[in-house]
Amino acid sequence: MAKLITAARQTKQEKEPALKGTLASVFLLGFFVIFSWVSVYFLFLHRL
Amino acid sequence: MAQPLEKVDRRDAKLALAHLFVAFAALALGGFAGLLQTLVRSGKFELPAGISYYTILTTHGVLLGLVLTTFFIIGFQFAAVSRTTGALSDGSRRLGWIGFWMMTSGTACTAFFILTGQASVLYTFYAPLQAHAGFYIGLALVVVGSWVSGFAMFAHYARWRKTHRGQVSPLLAFMSVTNMVLWLVCSLGVAATVVFQLIPWSLGLTDRVNVLLSRTLFWYFGHPLVYFWLLPAYMVWYAVIPKVIGGKMFSDSLARLAFILFLLFSIPVGFHHQLLEPGISPFWKYVQVVLTFMVIIPSLMTAFAMFATFESYGRSQGATGLFGWLRKLPWSDARFFAPFVGMLFFIPAGTGGIINASHQLNQVVHNTIWVTGHFHLTVATTVVLTFFGASYWLIPHLTGRVMTKAMNRLAIIQTIVWAVGMTFMSGSMHFAGLLGAPRRSAFSTYSNSPQALEWIPYQIAQAVGGTILFIGIILILVIVINLAFFAPKGETEFPVAEAAAPYERAALALENWKLWIGLVVALILIAYTVPIIDIIQNAPPGSKGYKLW
Amino acid sequence: MHIHKYEKIWLTFGIGCLIVFLTVVGVSAFAAGQQPPSCLTTIDPEKVDSTPPFDHPGLVKKGDKEYELNIVVAAFSFTPNAIEIPKGAKVTINVTSKDVIHGFEIPGTNVNMMVEPGYVNSLTTTFDKPGEYTILCNEYCGAGHHMMTARIKVVE
Ligand code: HEM
Ligand SMILES: [Cu+2]
Ligand SMILES: [Cu+2]
Repeated sequence: MAKLITAARQTKQEKEPALKGTLASVFLLGFFVIFSWVSVYFLFLHRL
Repeated sequence: MAQPLEKVDRRDAKLALAHLFVAFAALALGGFAGLLQTLVRSGKFELPAGISYYTILTTHGVLLGLVLTTFFIIGFQFAAVSRTTGALSDGSRRLGWIGFWMMTSGTACTAFFILTGQASVLYTFYAPLQAHAGFYIGLALVVVGSWVSGFAMFAHYARWRKTHRGQVSPLLAFMSVTNMVLWLVCSLGVAATVVFQLIPWSLGLTDRVNVLLSRTLFWYFGHPLVYFWLLPAYMVWYAVIPKVIGGKMFSDSLARLAFILFLLFSIPVGFHHQLLEPGISPFWKYVQVVLTFMVIIPSLMTAFAMFATFESYGRSQGATGLFGWLRKLPWSDARFFAPFVGMLFFIPAGTGGIINASHQLNQVVHNTIWVTGHFHLTVATTVVLTFFGASYWLIPHLTGRVMTKAMNRLAIIQTIVWAVGMTFMSGSMHFAGLLGAPRRSAFSTYSNSPQALEWIPYQIAQAVGGTILFIGIILILVIVINLAFFAPKGETEFPVAEAAAPYERAALALENWKLWIGLVVALILIAYTVPIIDIIQNAPPGSKGYKLW
Repeated sequence: MHIHKYEKIWLTFGIGCLIVFLTVVGVSAFAAGQQPPSCLTTIDPEKVDSTPPFDHPGLVKKGDKEYELNIVVAAFSFTPNAIEIPKGAKVTINVTSKDVIHGFEIPGTNVNMMVEPGYVNSLTTTFDKPGEYTILCNEYCGAGHHMMTARIKVVE
């Protein structure tokens, strides 16, 4: 039974297009946002 | 399903072109003003004949922020609607022309009073600085004209839906309508302050004005205004670019969902421009900060959809590895390259926006030149480069011509010039802003203040960037004039992408306008009712008008 | 509506970040008192010169190391425009405008607020480092806007 479910999951996953590069790209973007935001937040704290 | 027409009807093409011409004329004049501003701010150059820096700056802001954008968007949307849902009816087209002439005469009227020095109040015209009444009347004509055009689009869309019951409307039509609904709902605010407060006051019919109410109505409009600029760029990204590169749209229904989220959350957020203002409680400011953050979500979705479109296409062409798909993109096609560079610039642009909107963090950047750097990335790069990229097929499509290889190469160079110029100008604006350099200010050392002297190298870098950008303006004008009047005759495609998967039922549910407009109104009421009542009930004595320029 | 698994991961991460940002600024604003300047006091802009504390603008000692600095803003000047503040003083700055909208900014610090006719705006800051500070107007107010400036000297 468990095997069946994993098999079903696998076929479902295979249907999804391969988007590894997309995932990597958006996460790079996300890290840039976090880095910039935190920098300005620290500038604010530094100037308090 | 009936195949939509492949070509924009010739009569609709004329209407769209008329809008584009005014837009590019505004770019020419406004771009020149921009060059002068950066030169003045460098401290190495003074305007001749006693021309005021602030007259130039008002010209620049109004022509580029209000005229270029609004005209291009309405022209583009008329073309998009006609292309995807068929030729406009004669009635709708007539409305479109009425709207065009109202907007054009309004622009001429406003421009006259700016250029004659009677309205150096900048494009935000904050009371109690008081311009000549003609300035406000011209602006009111522009706004009301745009409504007339909006109604033309609504009528056309409603007719399409009546004859296509049970069908999902074409994506570009859906998006155009969403953007016009957004515009109508938000511009009610600016119309209210202009028509009921500023025009009677500048005509002398009333002698005092409620300053904070006027500003609040302005910013109720001012933030959605920037989304009104951005959404047509997103239309090109979602619905056109996939076809240009030869791929498919990543997801039709997610694109629609993103647009609905923009409609809902871009209006009840104007306080993020008023975070440092007296008279508004910090609680209500924070409520709108939270709502502002909601409007980031559809942009997160858009970022994913764009990368996914590119990666899927690249992989379908045999790309491997994590980033191999990048190499498969059509880098030498300006219709792709210009909007793509626009997308890249949206990464720092959007990041800056998140910082600006972060409640008390706004104290670090408010009214510094950082903000100017920010919106030259958003509107003057992301949006404008996408509009340029769209012009490369839209103008020849409408004029029955084709873009030559040489012009395409020039367009690639134009994009690079713009990107380099903007990196200099906007980059140094961001850094100078963090050091505290104010925006909207002519050159000044503030009595040799040590801080102000530190900003000068950055201001020189801005002038270098501004000069490079002005070369970019000349190049785009050369290309546009070529495409409109001189390019060889022929057929150019208006690219419209197909969805990768068939329409989902959800897409149909997203056309429930009564629900969306109801929700928009509810959100606006939640965000604004109490603070506006406070502003009116606790109002100080009003202000009389000042002409301090 | 079908959403790709990676998009779900991305949106969860992205929205999570937004929630963290909002929580950080929210807690520091509402719990640690770092609200943006949002004073609700009103004033008649034509009677600023006869309304306390702006009838006698300047620095007022309120307690040990605690001061109030009241400044009148009008096109194109700050009154007073040369201020001496002892180092380490915690200063509440109150400003109001006699005419149009102005800005009140001290570059290199978090002091940044809008000055609007009819309202008092206010912000508290501590001057820890000795030296010269510049006050300037950062909201367009007319032809002399970029000439509007004043000095603060923080002394030992
Ligand atoms: C040649 C290209 C450009 C240059 C050199 C340029 C330069 C500048 C500069 C230096 C300022 C700030 C002045 C100040 O705050 O004192 C400014 C403001 C502004 N620019 Fe540009 N710009 C250019 C293109 C654009 C474009 C394409 C747009 C819009 C699509 C645009 C929209 C604006 C707006 C709305 C303002 C604000 C005006 C205000 O604060 O009242 N600019 N520009
Ligand atoms: Cu905004
Ligand atoms: Cu000023």
